[in-house]
Amino acid sequence: MRLSEGQVWVLIIALVTMATLMKAAGPAIVGGRELPRWATGVIAMMAPALLAALVATAVFSDEQRYTVGADTVGVAAGALLLVCRVPLVLSAAVAVGLTALLRAFF
Amino acid sequence: MFRRGIRLGLPYGAVSGVLSLSFGVLAVQAGFTTLQAIVTSALVFGGSAQFAALTIVSAGGAIPAALTAATLMHSRFLAMGIAFAPSLPGGPLRRAVEGQAVVDASWALANKGDGTFDRMLLFGTTIPQYVAWLAGTIVGALAGDLLGDVERYGLDALFPTFFVGILLAELGRPRARVAAALGAVLALALVPFTAPGVPVLVAAAAALIGLGVAPDAPDAGAPEQEPA
Repeated sequence: MRLSEGQVWVLIIALVTMATLMKAAGPAIVGGRELPRWATGVIAMMAPALLAALVATAVFSDEQRYTVGADTVGVAAGALLLVCRVPLVLSAAVAVGLTALLRAFF
Repeated sequence: MFRRGIRLGLPYGAVSGVLSLSFGVLAVQAGFTTLQAIVTSALVFGGSAQFAALTIVSAGGAIPAALTAATLMHSRFLAMGIAFAPSLPGGPLRRAVEGQAVVDASWALANKGDGTFDRMLLFGTTIPQYVAWLAGTIVGALAGDLLGDVERYGLDALFPTFFVGILLAELGRPRARVAAALGAVLALALVPFTAPGVPVLVAAAAALIGLGVAPDAPDAGAPEQEPA
């Protein structure tokens, strides 16, 4: 299923509204007050949970199927380089290059 | 301070440019028009939120799922904005406008470590990232029309790798490792059974393991590498 042009505009308007309010809320309303502890703890864990889920689904699935492809290998290589403290830009270049190379030959 | 910020922001700008180029290309592939891809980057200006929404839409997911995932990804800016607030002068409206300049790298670089922020440094750091983010998207969206099948160029491997980079910066804390592992397992387990997009949303529940735990420092978990 692919979104129509009109549906994409709806999504964009919603995203812009959300993004603007999210960044405005703290400075405008909350001022110097602190969030309750339970909230800061959950917000701090939101990024790792979501990032891991996004990477896992982007690399290992397509719609409702599990897939392993050239991009799986490329991202895995990039991730390995990152773990070995290779700079981000270089690791990403290797991931992209390896993926393209594998697709060219298989 | 403003100029120093611009200088500090340049390398992050370079990363932003490459990443947004891939956003432009992939957005056009997913059914966005060139203009729509550019407007998204110009006005949303948030890499993780934009890619979260795009990933779900590309996988056949619906608008509410895409918006919810983007909102969850963006929710960290609520915490970052609250931390930044006391360093902003003026009334609520002006503070809300200035708060729009917060992006991960700028926020981290402008953090003085004593609970206050150098706001001019933050503005300066954001500028090269914004310019590069917009320019990259324009090039990508225009090229995406010409390139045809981008998978051939391996560009779909770019943003997961960047996400791994941000993720690794987060994993210093043991609890974050549990949240990440739980998030990935939950999401993958749901793939065959739910509509596309839902697995990532449900995976957000893994963040509940942060209940009642204050971050080590004010937002110690804020990723420092995310370019936009």
